[in-house]
Amino acid sequence: MTERVATTTGLLPLPDPAKSELSGLKGYQKHDLISGTEGEEIAGAYAEYRREVIDEQQSAGLDRVTEGQLRWDDMLAHPLTTHDNVDPNGIVRYYDNNNFYRDPQVRGELDFSGDVADELDTAAKLVDDSADSLQAVLPGPYSLFDLASDEHYGDDSEFFGAIAEFLAGEVEAFPDHKTLTLHEPSLVENPPNEDRVERLADAVDTVASETDADVVVHTYFGALDETTYAHLMDADVEALGFDLVAGDREETLSNITEFGTKDAAALGIADGQNTLVESADTLTERVEWFEDQIPVQEFDRLYLSTNTEPFYLPVNKHRAKLEAIAAAAGNVDAEEVTA
Amino acid sequence: MSRPADNRAQFHPDDHPNDHFLLTTVVGSYAKPKWLNRVDDLVDDPDSKFDEENLQEAHDDAARVITNEHERCGLDTVVDGEVRRNEMVEFFAERIEGYEFNGPVKVWGHNYFDKPSVSAEVGYDEPWLVDEFEFTNNVASKPVKVPITGPYTLGCWAFNEAYDSQEELIYGLAELVNTEVEQLVDAGARYIQIDEPALATTPDDHAIVGEALDRIVSGIDEDVRVGLHVCYGDYSRIYPELNDYPVDEVDLELCNGNYEQIDVFTDPEFVPDLALGVVDVHNAEVEPVDEIKANIKQGLKVVPPERLTISPDCGLKLLPRDVAYGKMANMVEATRQVEAELDNGEIDIEAPVPTAD
Repeated sequence: MTERVATTTGLLPLPDPAKSELSGLKGYQKHDLISGTEGEEIAGAYAEYRREVIDEQQSAGLDRVTEGQLRWDDMLAHPLTTHDNVDPNGIVRYYDNNNFYRDPQVRGELDFSGDVADELDTAAKLVDDSADSLQAVLPGPYSLFDLASDEHYGDDSEFFGAIAEFLAGEVEAFPDHKTLTLHEPSLVENPPNEDRVERLADAVDTVASETDADVVVHTYFGALDETTYAHLMDADVEALGFDLVAGDREETLSNITEFGTKDAAALGIADGQNTLVESADTLTERVEWFEDQIPVQEFDRLYLSTNTEPFYLPVNKHRAKLEAIAAAAGNVDAEEVTA
Repeated sequence: MSRPADNRAQFHPDDHPNDHFLLTTVVGSYAKPKWLNRVDDLVDDPDSKFDEENLQEAHDDAARVITNEHERCGLDTVVDGEVRRNEMVEFFAERIEGYEFNGPVKVWGHNYFDKPSVSAEVGYDEPWLVDEFEFTNNVASKPVKVPITGPYTLGCWAFNEAYDSQEELIYGLAELVNTEVEQLVDAGARYIQIDEPALATTPDDHAIVGEALDRIVSGIDEDVRVGLHVCYGDYSRIYPELNDYPVDEVDLELCNGNYEQIDVFTDPEFVPDLALGVVDVHNAEVEPVDEIKANIKQGLKVVPPERLTISPDCGLKLLPRDVAYGKMANMVEATRQVEAELDNGEIDIEAPVPTAD
């Protein structure tokens, strides 16, 4: 029997009052964004809204709960833009979206930061039984490498290795968590070259080996190419995540048919970039469609979430999508979902 | 193909001082008076006596002030500074059937956008800009240009819940823009500008923009000048394709990139008229007249003087108002000086800009 786990990818939309309160406290310009050294008032505001989004995930019926990543002004680049030896520079485009982040220019050694571990420590206290439900979230090593600029290491292979080691050091400091999700959209948007793809599984393992939790490498914005998928399959993780909303999902199936997949999988079934709220029935059909296409394998576990990070959505639609996902996992009665 | 029209002559002022005429214009938005921002907020304050009627009056006053400010700069064609518009997509989405608002979403950092959703088929209810145009036209002594956010941007910068593809939504919106342009033309408008900033971020969609423009100009008299404004992007990805757009003029942001991309447009030959951005809207320093004159000459590398329009790079709404005014006044002064130099044969049209060495 396959266990269906309702979850989120993390990087949630800020509650509307947080948008105005925090922009008022911090400002609107690029030098006003999170540096990792924010004062008490700003930290206090984030603490309040962190509690709110954790409550929201729990009350929506999710099995795994994230810290929310509300402080991640630079989205997946956050673990670097808050690092002492990184200079968050010009504003650059975030993948193929009308969103922008500060280009993290790495100007010194990527030693331990602890920024994300501190967030998780706070979240762990707010979550019911964190060892059984807290989901840590980080960019995967390749995506963080892809989003960053190297002004220090001088060699791409060395830089890629340093990023993996940096993430591993951060994970080591995490409090107890049930799942670690590594976001790897760059594997789709800007696939690794030959050198990088050869070291992809090693880099993922470097990070994943620092936790006893289940590790999910989640991919989105489309399907992986065959070579990237084949190499990613060598990583020692519990599950790979797939974008089932994207138009090229047949290619995802073809990869799985060709190269197999892990005993568990993460399925991006609700559109994180469109306000149209899929019904629980529609989401269930997407899960069943996936299972039907892979008849040779019964999965131990399927993680269900939006395909992308959901910060693209307004809060009301995000909330409705969380509820529909929980219903698709059988956690709440679909009839009760207001969406 | 570009529209085979020479419709710029209608904007030639009778008392123009030079034989040459480079049409001066603005892209549209302009620094709002501070009091207008205050009263825009005040009308939402339940404790305030300031009501919608007062706001209407304030908008009328602001439109008079900015139109007059454009005339004082000496511009040949003016806009009301888009003082009645809150944002370039929201304003139209509030007026188009099928759109709804669910709340702000992140663009970057703490900058948000009330990104609307298209939750049903889009439809045309009542005119969007005719009142705005008629008011400005009545208070202006110069011809009025009407900027309209284009269907590609209106479609891309919204969540599409209702159409099978973004393309279908965009073509649906293009029909509505066509209806609006017809209404504006009936009301007397002679200069329309379609703003498509979204094209800069997804240049591979240039064919969709072209098809949308075909729908927009369908049935529109060729005496009506139709322009297209595109902001900063990699222009080599939309050129030479934009030569096929059915518009009279294409307005480009090039000053901000120090004209590094100007050569993109020299081969093959640029077909529509060029509206060249000659002042940087992302820089709060007013460029001196001589610097702007050098920028104007960059445009002569692409088109001859009779096909060159002079404008700022983009809307001026984020600049301090005195800076916006200074840039426009210097832009017009620089243009008139370049015209005089052209009259006197002091500019070599074949090589208007000295080479670096």
